[in-house]
Amino acid sequence: MNRYRVNQIMTGVLNGVTFLVVLFIASFILYLLASGMTAVNWHFLTTSSEVGLGIRDQLFNSLYLLLLTQLISLPIALGAAMALTLYADSRSKLASFAQGLIQILSSLPSIIVGLFGFLILVLKFNLGFSIISGALALTFFNLPILTQSIAVSLQGVPDEVMQSGLALGISKWHTITKVILPEAMPGIWSGIVISAGRVFGEAATLIYTAGQSAPTLDYTNWNPFNPASPLNIFRPAETLAVHIWKVNTESLGQDAATVSRGTIVILILVVLLFNLVARYFSTTMRKKVGR
Amino acid sequence: MNKQLFNSSKEIRQDKLGRLLVYSALTVVLVLACAMLYFIFSKGIATFTQDHINFWDFLTRSNWNTDNLQKPDLGAWALMVTSAETTLLAVLVTTPLALVIAIYIVVMSPKIGGRIVQPLTELLLGIPSVVYGFVGLTVLIPVLRRWAGGTGFGVLAAALVLALMILPTITSLAVEALNGVPQSYQTFAYSLGCTKWQVIVHVLLKISAPNLLVAVIFGVARAFGEALAVQMVIGNTVQLPLGLFTPAATLTSKLTTDMGNTIDGTLASNALWSLALLLLVMSLIFNLLAKLVLRRSQSRESISR
Repeated sequence: MNRYRVNQIMTGVLNGVTFLVVLFIASFILYLLASGMTAVNWHFLTTSSEVGLGIRDQLFNSLYLLLLTQLISLPIALGAAMALTLYADSRSKLASFAQGLIQILSSLPSIIVGLFGFLILVLKFNLGFSIISGALALTFFNLPILTQSIAVSLQGVPDEVMQSGLALGISKWHTITKVILPEAMPGIWSGIVISAGRVFGEAATLIYTAGQSAPTLDYTNWNPFNPASPLNIFRPAETLAVHIWKVNTESLGQDAATVSRGTIVILILVVLLFNLVARYFSTTMRKKVGR
Repeated sequence: MNKQLFNSSKEIRQDKLGRLLVYSALTVVLVLACAMLYFIFSKGIATFTQDHINFWDFLTRSNWNTDNLQKPDLGAWALMVTSAETTLLAVLVTTPLALVIAIYIVVMSPKIGGRIVQPLTELLLGIPSVVYGFVGLTVLIPVLRRWAGGTGFGVLAAALVLALMILPTITSLAVEALNGVPQSYQTFAYSLGCTKWQVIVHVLLKISAPNLLVAVIFGVARAFGEALAVQMVIGNTVQLPLGLFTPAATLTSKLTTDMGNTIDGTLASNALWSLALLLLVMSLIFNLLAKLVLRRSQSRESISR
């Protein structure tokens, strides 16, 4: 058999296998969407899981936790990434130690992060199963990922920008905030959105920190200290992803499947949306760099 | 007047403040990392220091019985074996497929690959792990049950769910690895009369082999650390996985099911923290492996230049 024949056969195999896998992935996603679509309606989105089979409170909890997590982790991640890429000498011992540690942190299994949150926040600081425990645990989970992606987009800005700023007699801080950050912004946004997708679907970190129950919320109550208020950060809060896990391990039979299918549709649509937004930002970034 | 001259300007004060801010942010991250490693370590060794469980017994025995406080019979061997078995199976199933897809995206048809295949696998990357667990529970398990009898829960179900989960992880890293091979190498090989398949095997795969290995290691790390998806389909019985359809439990699934039912400070709870420590150590080992592979390939590259 000569090499051209081998090439022909292997090309066929490669194309065929890829086609089959792509077909499989596409039908997997279509199956998830199609089987859940029937469960999603206005009633499903607006009733509490305590009285009916809705996911109103879980949806709110997911978004609220996502917001709090990003609010806490963004300034820290941005600062840490700036310190690593723009301030510290990248060949110094400190920088490589810090990078190694962040790398380790970002590859820890999320259940470990969740257990650490359980130990420190729920048990040691006595915060109980609460939104604040969940948001902080998610921050532990999110920080290394976000720091790494922001660092990558900061590195994408050419060194000459910093040097010309300094040559003009502008302070480092001023150059960073007025020139480098705006330049890296699309990349940073894309990193934020991607990490938001991961945080939104995260469950293992939350089952022992934000808890597995969603008390019915009263959306007219804006007093953050009232236990029924959605804004209260000391109430337990089950998210969408945790809800899927919870109803299936408690096995409520047919209802569990219906509720999970509907919830999965919402989760996937949100993740899809995040993906599209991130893609949009990274194309703007590419255009900017290619200018 | 004199005083004003010696004061630093507003610009310099801002600069100093900025430096302070970014370094304190970095410190927060580093302190967090150290705290995480320290606390899990100190909690994890309490089983051996406080409860005087023999460390060797813990590693080699397969029973998990914390009820009898006088003579506890504790061992993580079965859990470790199950974790390793599910991970290994998943990686064996996924790696060839992921490589094929990556080759397709980079070499065979960058256009279709970049527009359709890659976005689709990236979408898979974003799907939460509980969703994989749910599909395993409602679609895969009934199929396995009909096919092989029994309950369907077990090692094979977990491995297949993990295989699908790590497919996008390995694929996207493999694409990066293959793209890392300079285009000129490919052109050069073609100009020597190589066929596409020869270029793939003798140039692309050979040069990017270390980075492909790293892609697989990250896939292994993800599969090994996944908790909820596995817990939903594996059956959660602590025993040595003798067959593919034996219900079993992994390190992560045991942690997921039991942590909520134990009281802090008791033997049952401490033993679980030891499992968490084992998991942490494994994750560190995977990290170290990836680093070693990368470092070796880089040093070889710098020699050959």
